[in-house]
Amino acid sequence: MWVVELFSSLPGLLAVLALFGLLGSQVRVHRAAKGDLRSLAALPRAHGINAVLSVLVPAAICFVGLSLVKLIGPRLNTAALPDYVVYWTVLTVAVLGCVVAILRSTVNFRARQASEVWIKSLLIAASVVAILTTVGIVLSMLFEAMHFFQQYAWQDFFFSTDWAPNFRGDSSLGFLPLLWGTFYVSFIALALAVPVGLFAAIYLSEYAGPWMRGIAKPLIEILAGIPTIVYGLFALVTVGPLLRDYFAQPLGLGGSASSVMTAGVVMGIMLIPFVSSLSDDAINAVPQTMRDGSYALGATRSETVRKVILPAALPGIMGAVLLAASRAIGETMIVVLGAGAAAQMSLNPFEAMTTITVKIVSQLTGDTDFASPETLVAFALGLTLFAFTLALNAVALLVVRKYREQYE
Amino acid sequence: MTSPTKSLFVQDERVKRRNAAEKRFHSYGLCAIGVAALALVVLLASVLANGASAFRQTYLMLEIPLPAETLDKGGDRDPAAMASVSTFGYAPLLRDALVASIAKLNIETTLSNKDVGDMISKEAAASLRNQVLANPDLVGGVIALDVLANGRIDGFFKGRVTMESAERDGNTSPEALRVAQLLADVGVLVTRFNWQFLTAPDASDQRPEAAGLGVAILGSLYMMLVVLVLALPIGVAAAIYLEEFAPKNRVSDLIEVNISNLAAVPSIVYGILGLAIFINFLGLRQSSPLVGGLVLTLMTLPTIIIATRAALKAVPPSIRDAALGLGATKMQSVFHHVLPLAAPGILTGTIIGLAQALGETAPLLLIGMVAFVRDYPAAYSETAGLFGEAATALPVQVFNWTQRADPGFVERASGAIITLLVFLAVMNTVAVLLRRRFERRW
Repeated sequence: MWVVELFSSLPGLLAVLALFGLLGSQVRVHRAAKGDLRSLAALPRAHGINAVLSVLVPAAICFVGLSLVKLIGPRLNTAALPDYVVYWTVLTVAVLGCVVAILRSTVNFRARQASEVWIKSLLIAASVVAILTTVGIVLSMLFEAMHFFQQYAWQDFFFSTDWAPNFRGDSSLGFLPLLWGTFYVSFIALALAVPVGLFAAIYLSEYAGPWMRGIAKPLIEILAGIPTIVYGLFALVTVGPLLRDYFAQPLGLGGSASSVMTAGVVMGIMLIPFVSSLSDDAINAVPQTMRDGSYALGATRSETVRKVILPAALPGIMGAVLLAASRAIGETMIVVLGAGAAAQMSLNPFEAMTTITVKIVSQLTGDTDFASPETLVAFALGLTLFAFTLALNAVALLVVRKYREQYE
Repeated sequence: MTSPTKSLFVQDERVKRRNAAEKRFHSYGLCAIGVAALALVVLLASVLANGASAFRQTYLMLEIPLPAETLDKGGDRDPAAMASVSTFGYAPLLRDALVASIAKLNIETTLSNKDVGDMISKEAAASLRNQVLANPDLVGGVIALDVLANGRIDGFFKGRVTMESAERDGNTSPEALRVAQLLADVGVLVTRFNWQFLTAPDASDQRPEAAGLGVAILGSLYMMLVVLVLALPIGVAAAIYLEEFAPKNRVSDLIEVNISNLAAVPSIVYGILGLAIFINFLGLRQSSPLVGGLVLTLMTLPTIIIATRAALKAVPPSIRDAALGLGATKMQSVFHHVLPLAAPGILTGTIIGLAQALGETAPLLLIGMVAFVRDYPAAYSETAGLFGEAATALPVQVFNWTQRADPGFVERASGAIITLLVFLAVMNTVAVLLRRRFERRW
């Protein structure tokens, strides 16, 4: 019978207990009040809410904790926690919570404060998730990266120019070709995105009328909302062949559709809205009085922009460029589909090269063996990538914070 | 003699130079906008041009006799016994039906019977078999069925395959295309809207014509559910705590810096986290929407927290003060007054976060969602648990198709992107409309 099943399942039972607590505590406190609700320290409703939270919160914490233990158990070579242990422990905790809450529902009990403590602890728990995420990211990569460096010398990883993984073992996993590809692609992307994004921002905030702004701004925002896989396909299907047929082959620079140039140009397009919206904010933060002062001295608009606004907005713009760089370094789908997979260090932008993110994907998809350095290297790469982007973000944040207040 | 004082209406060298510089600068700005707009137009046009045809598909309308002697040797219409006839038993029926159809129409051709059979998709035999097994009484009669044409024939009617390219192609021939054209002229071969593209599961490497997005859309939907159920409450709760309750000290400052950093962590790092923690450490199932949803939840959280904080900040302090002045507790002022006023902003931020999560690919690659999945995943199953059955997702399906050799898959990938962009456009439009409708200024 589904009814029996529902009410013997954990969620069903917890709901019943919560309901019982809700009603029980209110009935009890109503009786204790003897018809005079003003004699109570808290409204019956608050008692009810407190009872519900006393049932659900500890039970939920208990359930999550035990589930984690149950899942991790086999990893630590201990017997897995049987299901019934979880079931009965959670149930006991919930029943205890229910009974305690009902017993506490007396005339003098400040139920509202008690329930707010529960709520506040939930809020705090939610914001701790963010910290746990960071800890999880760092720990997960640190552990596996350490396993990697136990099997593979770190000097060979960081300073070798040879990347040739071989799943039968004895591969060389030099990081430098990937770093070179990453920087080359990011450089081309920024070389396109920074001027275009910056000029777009200048035009939109200093020159464009409301009509032009109303059209151009959403247009650029659409670019920002397009998923990277779309850009990736665009690079693979359209930009790559185009660059190959009209630039690389006529110039005799190579015949590969996937190249640093392809990925760089498409990534540049992706970064335009990013640079332009952040620069826009920085330019708009420059006080109007400074513009007015410049115009009053007879400067033209472009002179005002170049000599007054840009210097004033420079920290914000630098922050935008750094954030864009961190995005470019961490971008995955465009380079996976556009840049190719050949790990090499070449100056020719029309040759296929590869990046850190591409290699993370290729080493961690398909058949993976978490004991071999060929798979574990992905974690070392991930950690390096995380360190790079973290450093760029931190510097960007510092630059913006340090120089921002100058004009406020 | 020239006058010693110059008129203001006559520009001197320097003013001319400055004005020219001004004009140049102005045009740079216009160029930048032009480049951005051009990029957008080319991007969308290329996706549309490549993908629009995925929504149309070429079918052959055949009348297929189903002889009992080959399909049901026992003669008792028992589906279990009939299942022993594999798709190889059905393929000749389709071929013969098409050969008969060509003969009836008096179309002269040099194609061998096998070549005629190759004009039909290899998927067709499987779908015919499924229909017969589902309804054994069909055996012995004649069934009128629209079967998928082969990918090359389909490509011919969409302009992807030409007589010249067929010349060099081992999988088709100009003669087959000529026959197909004649069949189309008499209406045996039709091209019409392709619902299967949105509902059918993925198909193998050789059958781009049968590949669909059904499993991917379902998988994406499951993941969005997980993200919504987890990220919205956690994100809003965290934002409320940070904005309204947190004391201004080192710990809350740490959390704040931490969140802005998390928002800028490359998405692939979240994939590594998912692989290492959720799959390797906690032992959750690979390629399951549950793990995908959890990873995307962690990714979306910073977006939702930041948006919610902005929405809470926009509610004027006077509202809080009024509530507190009437004797409400801090908690009551937040939950009864501030939160409802901030709700539209929170909702908008959530939708935008969900849209981001829907288009995210890289982390899903690492948790095994690139696997080839043909079975529709159930939301709950005994063995795999809630959202535990292997699935794939829309953007990952796009990636998957780009990795296949048959050019027919480029069309499919672009078609999938159109589908994805339509979903995103709808979500973002809803977000914009919500903001317009409920935006309040104090």
